[in-house]
This record gives sequence, C-alpha cells and structure tokens, in this order.
Amino acid sequence: MFDNPELVKMIFGRLNLDALPLHEPILVGTFAMVATGGLALFAIVTYFRLWTYLWREWFTSVDHKRIGIMYMILGIVMLLRGFADALMMRLQQAIAFGGSEGYLPAHHYDQVFTAHGVIMIFFVAMPLVTGLMNYVMPLQIGARDVSFPFLNNFSFWMTVGGAVLVMMSLFIGEFARTGWLAYPPLSNIGYSPDVGVDYYIWGLQVAGVGTTLSGINLICTIVKLRAPGMTMMRMPVFTWTALCTNVLIVASFPVLTAVLVLLSLDRYVGTNFFTNDFGGNPMMYVNLIWIWGHPEVYILVLPAFGIFSEVTATFSGKRLFGYTSMVYATVVITILSYLVWLHHFFTMGSGASVNSFFGITTMIISIPTGAKMFNWLFTMYRGRIRFELPMMWTVAFMLTFVIGGMTGVLLAVPPADFVLHNSLFLVAHFHNVIIGGVLFGLFAGINYWFPKAFGFRLDPFWGKLSFWFWVSGFYFAFMPLYVLGLMGVTRRLRVFDDPSLQIWFVIAAFGALLIFLGIISMLVQFAVSILRREQLKDVTGDPWNARTLEWATSSPPPAYNFAFTPVVYDNDAWWDMKRRGYRRPLAGFRPIHMPSNTGTGIVLAGLATAMGFGLIWYIWWLAAVSFIALLAVAIGHTFNYHRDFDIPADRVGQVEDARTRLLAAGAQS
Amino acid sequence: MKLLALLPFAALLAGCDFVVLAPAGDVAAQQRDLVIISTALMLVIVLPVMALTVFFAWRYRQSNTQAPYEPEWDHSTQLELVIWSAPLLIIICLGALTWMGTHLLDPYRTLGRIDTGRPIAAKDTPLNVEVVALDWKWLFIYPDYGVATVNELAAPVDRPIRFRTTASSVMNSFYIPALAGQIYAMPGMETKLHAVSNHEGTFRGFSANYSGAGFSGMHFEFKSLSASNFDKWIASAKASSNMLGRTDYLQLERPSENVPVRLYGSVDRDLYKAILNLCVEPGKMCMSEMTAIDAKGGLGREGLNNTLPLTYDKYARRGAPLGNEPTFVAGICSMDEIKDAPAREVFAPLDMTPLRGVGLKRPPFSPVHPSSTSLLLGQRPKSES
Repeated sequence: MFDNPELVKMIFGRLNLDALPLHEPILVGTFAMVATGGLALFAIVTYFRLWTYLWREWFTSVDHKRIGIMYMILGIVMLLRGFADALMMRLQQAIAFGGSEGYLPAHHYDQVFTAHGVIMIFFVAMPLVTGLMNYVMPLQIGARDVSFPFLNNFSFWMTVGGAVLVMMSLFIGEFARTGWLAYPPLSNIGYSPDVGVDYYIWGLQVAGVGTTLSGINLICTIVKLRAPGMTMMRMPVFTWTALCTNVLIVASFPVLTAVLVLLSLDRYVGTNFFTNDFGGNPMMYVNLIWIWGHPEVYILVLPAFGIFSEVTATFSGKRLFGYTSMVYATVVITILSYLVWLHHFFTMGSGASVNSFFGITTMIISIPTGAKMFNWLFTMYRGRIRFELPMMWTVAFMLTFVIGGMTGVLLAVPPADFVLHNSLFLVAHFHNVIIGGVLFGLFAGINYWFPKAFGFRLDPFWGKLSFWFWVSGFYFAFMPLYVLGLMGVTRRLRVFDDPSLQIWFVIAAFGALLIFLGIISMLVQFAVSILRREQLKDVTGDPWNARTLEWATSSPPPAYNFAFTPVVYDNDAWWDMKRRGYRRPLAGFRPIHMPSNTGTGIVLAGLATAMGFGLIWYIWWLAAVSFIALLAVAIGHTFNYHRDFDIPADRVGQVEDARTRLLAAGAQS
Repeated sequence: MKLLALLPFAALLAGCDFVVLAPAGDVAAQQRDLVIISTALMLVIVLPVMALTVFFAWRYRQSNTQAPYEPEWDHSTQLELVIWSAPLLIIICLGALTWMGTHLLDPYRTLGRIDTGRPIAAKDTPLNVEVVALDWKWLFIYPDYGVATVNELAAPVDRPIRFRTTASSVMNSFYIPALAGQIYAMPGMETKLHAVSNHEGTFRGFSANYSGAGFSGMHFEFKSLSASNFDKWIASAKASSNMLGRTDYLQLERPSENVPVRLYGSVDRDLYKAILNLCVEPGKMCMSEMTAIDAKGGLGREGLNNTLPLTYDKYARRGAPLGNEPTFVAGICSMDEIKDAPAREVFAPLDMTPLRGVGLKRPPFSPVHPSSTSLLLGQRPKSES
C-alpha cells in the first residue's frame, strides 16, 4: 500500500512520519512525561473502576455546577502547559547573549511564544472565567440550572476539542510561528505553508463555537431565570459582569470566527482577502481581529471585577459601595470596549485624527474603571476587613492593577505608543492587567467559591504561600520588562547582543521561577485541602458570612440547587434573608423537574475535533465523514425525547432532611 | 536601611541605556516628554489610590475595633461625584494633550523644527531615504545620491530625514528608538516617517514587529554623522562597485538571516517604486499601472484573466491544496495607447485569435468554454515559459 504515493496521500493527506518531532529532544522528553502521566492517570481510573462513574456523572453531565468544575480543571491543566512555555521563553531570553544562540532554535522558539499566548488567553483565562460564571451565576440568581443545559455540556466539550487540537500540535506536526494573533501575510499559505497556522485556525474555531454558544446560554439564563423579585438592579454585581461579558462574547466572537474563516479561505482555496496578491489587504485582518481582540480583554476582566465586588463586600462585612454606579460603569465599559480596537496598531499610519479618536476613547474607559476602583476602596472604608485569601488577592489586585491601568493609558497616547509599541513595555503592561487583574481575580474567586463547590475550604497556609510567590514573582518577572521596554527592547526576540540587558532578563526569569513555585503551592494547596477536608469542612453552606444567594443553599449544593426558589427583596439577597431571620422550609417539598444527562455533547465535540484534524492535515475523507457524522448526530439528537425527569418529592425531602441534620450537628459543635 | 537595600537596583538602573528616555533625535525627545508628562498626570490619581488602599486595608482590619464600622453605608452622592469626576478631569487634560501631541507628532507631518529653539529654515532640505523591510534585513535607498545600503543607515546631524517605508513580503516595523517612534513597513503599501537626529553617534535600529524565523537578526546601525562625515560616507558608498538593479534585488529579496552590511554604489532609480508596486519581476504590471487602467475604465472582460501582475505570494508554488492555478497576462498595450484611447469606452475584441504578449498566450475569451473546468472563469491556459 505504501508503494502507491497517491493512495497514501489520499488516506493520510500530508501527514507522514516526519510530522513526529523525533529530532527535537525537548519534545521527545515532554512526550515521554505526558505519556507516562497519561498512562498513570488511565491506570488509576481503570483500577478504581471510575470510567463509568466519570462518564455518567461528569462527562455527560448537564449540571451547570459539574460543567463549571470541569471548565476549571481544563483551565488549570492548560495553565501548566502555557506556563511551561513561559518558563522556556524566559530561560531562552536569559541565556541567549553574547553570541550564544540559547537552547531553542527559531523554529521551536517561535512556536513557543505563539502557543503561550494562544493557550493562556483561549484555554486558560477563558475556561476559568467561563467555569466560574457557569458555577456561580445560576446559584446567584436562584436558578436550577442554565437555560440550555445540553448546550452547556456541548459548549464545554467544544472548548476541550479546541484545546486537544492545540495540544496535539505539540507532538504531531507543529504549531503556528506567527505570534498569537497570526497576522497575515505571515500567516498566509505563502509564508506559513505548514500545518501550524491550520492548527491555530481549527483549534480556535472549534473552541470558538463552544464559547459563543455558552455566551448565548448564559445571557438567556440571566435574562430569563432570575428568582422572583430579582430585578435587574438587584442582581449581584458578579451576575451583572457575567451578563456584560456574555454580551461581549456573543457580539465579538462571531467576528473572530468570520476573520478566521476568511483566513482559512485564503489558505485553503486561494482566495485573496489578506494576501499581497489580487488586491488583498492584510491590514483588514489586523482591524478585524482586534475588533474581536479588544472586547476579549474585557470579556476576561469584567468577571474578575465582579469577583472583586463580591469578595470586597463580603470580607468587609459591608454593603457594596455605589452599587448603581458599579453597574453603570460595567455597562459603559462594555459599550466602549468596541470603540478602541485601533489602539493596537497606531503605528500603521492611520493619520492623526483617527489615532487621537481611538486614543481618547481608550482613555475614557479608564474613567468607569477608576470609578470601580474607588467603589471597592469605599466598600473597605468603615468596614471590618477579614484578610482571608480572597481578600488578600483583592488587595494585591488593587495595588497591582492600577499600575497596569496607568501604563495602559500611557500606551493609549499615540505618540507615546510610537516609542513603546511592540516593546517589552507593552508585554509588561498586558501581563500587568491580565495577571494582576484577571488571574488574581480568578484566584480570589477560586478561594472564595471552593467551599461552596466542595463543602470544605482551601488550606490557608499553602494558599498564602502561593499568594506570596505569585505576587512577588509577578513583580520580579514583569517590572524588569517595563525597564527593558524603556531601553528600547522589542518583544519576541530570540537572541540579544547587548550584554547590559542580560541582568534584567535574569531577574525576569527568577520572577518566572517564583511564579512556578506559586503554581506548585497552589496544586499542593488543592491536594492538602482534599487530604484535610475533615478539618476544613463547612456544614453551614455559608463559611464567609456572605451576602448573595449562592450561600443560601448547602455546600456542595444539591443537583437542583434550591428546594424552593427563593424570593428576593434586596440586592444582597442572602444577607437580607439572614437579617430577617429566614428559616429553611422543612416540609412541603414538590417534585423538581430536571434535565437528563446526555453523551451527545461529547460525541459532537469529538467529531468536530476529528474534522478539524482532517482539515489541518488535508485528510479530506476524514473531514467529510466527520462533518456528515456531526450533522447526523446533531439531527439524531433532536429525536431524543428522554431529555428530562422529575426528582420525586420524597427524594428532595431526604436530601433536605440530611442537610437539616447536618446543620443541627454543626450548630451544636 | 530599606533605602540601602534598594541601592543595588539603583546602580543597575544607572548602568543602563534608557534610549527611549534619553534619545538623540528631537521627535523621539518630544515623544519621551509626552510619556513623562502623561505618567506624571496619572500619578496624580494613582498614587492617592494606592496609598488609600493600603491605608484602608490597614485601618479597617478586623482586629482594629477602634475604627468605625458602618455595615449599611453604601451610598454618598458627594463621594460618587468625586470618584467619577476626578478621573474625568485627568482624562480631559490627558485627552487634550493627546489630541495636540498626536497631530504635532504625526509621523506623516513634515518637521517644524530641528530641535527646541531652532525652527526649520529654507536651507534645511530633507534627506530622502527609501526603506524596504526584506526577509530578514533592511534595504535603504538614497534616491538623492543614487546609492543604497543593506543593514546600515547614515544621516547627517540636524538635517530632517524623510523616510518612505515599505516591505517586500510580510509586515515589519521600522524603529530607531534614538531617532523617532516606529512605523509599520507593509508590503504593497507605503508609510512615511519624518525625523531628525541632533547628536552624533551610532544607534540601534531594528524591526519591532515579528516577521518570521530571522526576525532576531533583523537589526542595523543608524549612524548619525556630521555633515562632512556624511559626505565621506556617501562617497565611500559611491565608491562601491556593487550595483543594485532589479535582478540583484530579486536575489537580495530572498530570505536570509543576520546579513552583514553591504553598500551599493549605484541603484536602479525606479527600484523602490517597483518594490512598492509589487512589480520588480520583469514582465509584471505594476499596481499603480493597474489602478491607472482601472481609473480609465478598466480592460473590460479581458481584464478578468489579467492576473499575473497580481500574483505575488506565489500560492501554487508554495503548496496551497486547492488554490487556483495561476492565470496569465494576455498582453497589454502601452500606457500611451491607453492615454489616447477614448475614456470609459470598452470595445469587444475584433479578433478572437490569441494575441501574444510577453511570451504568453492570450487566454481564450468566452464566458463558458466548452472544456471548462472552473465554475467561474473557464479553463485557464498554461504558460509557455
């Protein structure tokens, strides 16, 4: 069979044995590690006979809480990959001086920085943000689940599908060498003929379907499923930010999808949207991708703002200061985020009036953001601040984020941007806001809501260790990059010849090492907390004396969230209930109507991933077969009439009685 | 004691060359001033916020029972006014500064001064430099002197420089931090940058936009010379026996990394224009000519097949799986003929037999060719060459 090249090409497309990176020792080593780890995990799951459990209770689950947790796991696993890339870059830049080429050839290094950006944004920050929204938001509005539970499961698995494609590129073929936004003409077939950009396109397209659908789902949930009495202006701030973020997702991800479709048409069928040929215009791509890309920044940071609002109010033991202005600030940011995209390329030569328009709109965003900052500040004012982990992250955020905000506004001044654009100053700036804003927010959120999800707190000792490593690591890693940027050092360089720069890269590498210890401490924190779960146990369901509805139910909440849908009279609904001496109903339960689990989501996402793989490697039969199968399964699923069931009233009663006993036992001890 | 601990960092900072903060050119210096003024303006609000954060966090800690505690206090109209108007005021100032600064320092704008205190005089004729970002080196053409260089740029002190910038294949960004801010170099497009250097010295220039494998080595020296030394430099370039014609350029354009400095004693006068219009290869029509033809009403239906001049990234040869076969120019009359032709009138060809031009066959002209393989354009002929 292998004697017939035509046949081989038909079956395997351009996939052949050379696609395996056997000549790259780093990748072979990584593969060995991943394979060993994967086999060990497989063996453990098999040994404990967990496959059926995982399939029935998790993979096919349509419960927003389980899907939320799976999103979080995906995000944390991908964080390890994305961070490994970061360490490799820092090491390369710290040693490639004075004629040394470092240890990474351009072919490998250029993939590493591209993969780092893509993974951190799409497969770390996005899943973590979506995961928290998925878990917390329905509980906060007193809903039983999201509006479209099956869609939720499908969205999650599509995100996984995209992540799988990106991870696959590590061991089969290669990833893009274009930078994380794959600007053409570099990303066009003429200059990137390999599979790298195709992995990029299809990884993002598959995951993008998931993100868009999840956005629609969550908007619908917030608009339609709020508990009675919860008017829009009584929604918790996290729910407000979730609403705005999902509006942004629904309005901006289609742009990303469209621009990637155009790029793939250029690459696959020879159209000329973004080529140098035939009147194509690469700058159109740059505009379009940033019309998605700038809102994306707010997609990530708005939920983090929401988390800080919840955390500050809870741990200051006070109502949030200026709820209304907080909400309006969020909405204003949402709208303005569409009017600033051009500040990512002032240096394109757009002319002074255009540049100043976009520069000034960018600055205007800092007004609502500043107002938010003051609102948190005055929430702390005359409070009783408990410095638990979530609050520590919040204070670290407030101190760090203002620096990032300031350098951001600086970069919005076009003439200043001309000297700092694409420099390490810029790299320091966006890590300053993404780590200092989004990631610190996510860590605050994880520490805050973990007891809700699992019924026990996270270990504070390892948490604090992780906190200090992360925060100090961040400053060590990125302050030198600000300095280097002012020395005129540009980003994405692989080798340097000015020896006076080296010390700063060494400091930055040291900072990355501290962050590495921070990540390790966080993993240890999870492990230790699981081992010590009896000591860290919380039976009340409200370990922080918090204010919003999710704390009204048990930890972890029952599948149906609330036996009776709560009625809301105040924007701090649970605080209000506690103040008015709320008593849990102990009888009169009714059957609860719930959605059934289904494996369709995982099957569809698997087929979409296979189709992506076929398209990447030009294995046309695989792409066609999986596409047809995709349609067939999707249509087939519409004939699935076993979509829902009722939890009988006495089953609900048993669950609630168990909680009553637990609460009583907790009150005695 | 804490200050002592900071000493090594201060020493580190002192040992560095903050070129962005201490540039040699007037434009970069004004940009630096904007960086510093805007930072100072923002610190007016950022520092109090940071101080208040620390102060509130400390003052209202749980263990401090002395501090007032008002759990229901969540609104104050006065405070709200302050927290919205304080950033607003700063942004109004910064916005005004931005508007002025952006217009004054527009890279397309000709310079108004040599440096603070020295306005442009009639004798300050600008030095023209045509910049081409190649894979992965920089080509500088001096049209006024008829010389060119690779990876070395020289200019006399205190004389305005007018850069016109383009690229051969992918996007780069032309940046000399000591001289002025950067500007993108894009294929098929031209950007402009005006700058002046006020100090002699050798500075670093590079591409500030990642452009592929050889990107790290894509830097050059910018020599800011006295007028007499600049003349000597031009003379030494002129003395070089290297010629930069179109074929030499096509050779030079091919990807190469860490390219050493090269001087060209003479250069094809129209080379830059040809690069910009993607028509250095012999026989290719330039974009500018095409747009001129289109402005006159176009070539009509025959123009559909006139695609060789448009082909630049060389798809089929680079391995697009499904891409269209390259189609070819059918032959073209000279610009003079077009000028004489009646405007906006397109005639059907009288003779349907293939014409010959530039060694290429004329494609068959019929909307649906009997042996058509393409849904849109009919079968495309192959090149003879």
